Amino acid sequence: MPIIRFAERAPFRNPWTEFERIRQGLDELSKNYGDRSQKQDRSNVFPALNIYEQTDKLIVTAEIPGVSNQDLDISVEGETLTLTGKRDNALTKATPVSFHRREIEAGTFSRAVALPVKIDLDNLSARLVDGILTINLPKAAKATPRKIQILSE
Amino acid sequence: MSNQDIKTQIKTPHPASTEESTKSENSFSPLVDIFETTEAVTVIADIPGVIQENVEISLDDNILTIHGKMTGKQPEGRVVLEEYEIGHYMRKFTVAETIDREKIEASLAGGVLKVVLPKQVPAQPKKIEVKMG
Repeated sequence: MPIIRFAERAPFRNPWTEFERIRQGLDELSKNYGDRSQKQDRSNVFPALNIYEQTDKLIVTAEIPGVSNQDLDISVEGETLTLTGKRDNALTKATPVSFHRREIEAGTFSRAVALPVKIDLDNLSARLVDGILTINLPKAAKATPRKIQILSE
Repeated sequence: MSNQDIKTQIKTPHPASTEESTKSENSFSPLVDIFETTEAVTVIADIPGVIQENVEISLDDNILTIHGKMTGKQPEGRVVLEEYEIGHYMRKFTVAETIDREKIEASLAGGVLKVVLPKQVPAQPKKIEVKMG
């Protein structure tokens, strides 16, 4: 049986601390919900992107199986990277088939992301191998960190 | 059909409840299209990043297993945005049709695996006459 010891509490407590406690609890709750919705948002766009930052460049990767080189357009404008393209249906038309499962979507896609740094627009490169797109975006000279020599005397 | 926008292609983790690997590697269920014509059952699976040598397809009894081992690594550097994870691909299907095992063909192009399972020559329907006894 739980024993509640009222005596431990200060007899004249500040009522506002109770409100503060509730507020903190609500904050925590909303934070947790926020995290969850963020996770769901992740997959609402196609293609999903991973971006890695190295000292001198950004690497953007995406899984876009079934998309050919010709059907893919990558452009960088200012600090916005845009990917557009289309995926054809793997099925050759006109043959009558009955589907057992149909999970792969076909159609057009378009995605734009803001890049965290300025990009050297002259030295971009992209590769599409086995359905994985890798874009190399070298940082602009201004954005690459410059090493500062420390003189010791 | 081709004008529609692709919205979601969620990578679902392979259900670990059926079998769990001793290594803590990610494993995903690849998305598939499966369709049937009069001659064959075709399975199309998205396994981006898997090279030809690392694809294993088997048909045991009537369980078709597609396994793609991922050898690609994530690029180095600080992660700015991570919307998908990489991992192996694994999926199993029970094939109801009788398949001609000798003629199974598979091809891989641009991260898309295509497995054609030709049906065995369909048996002619046999009519059984009921005789008056």
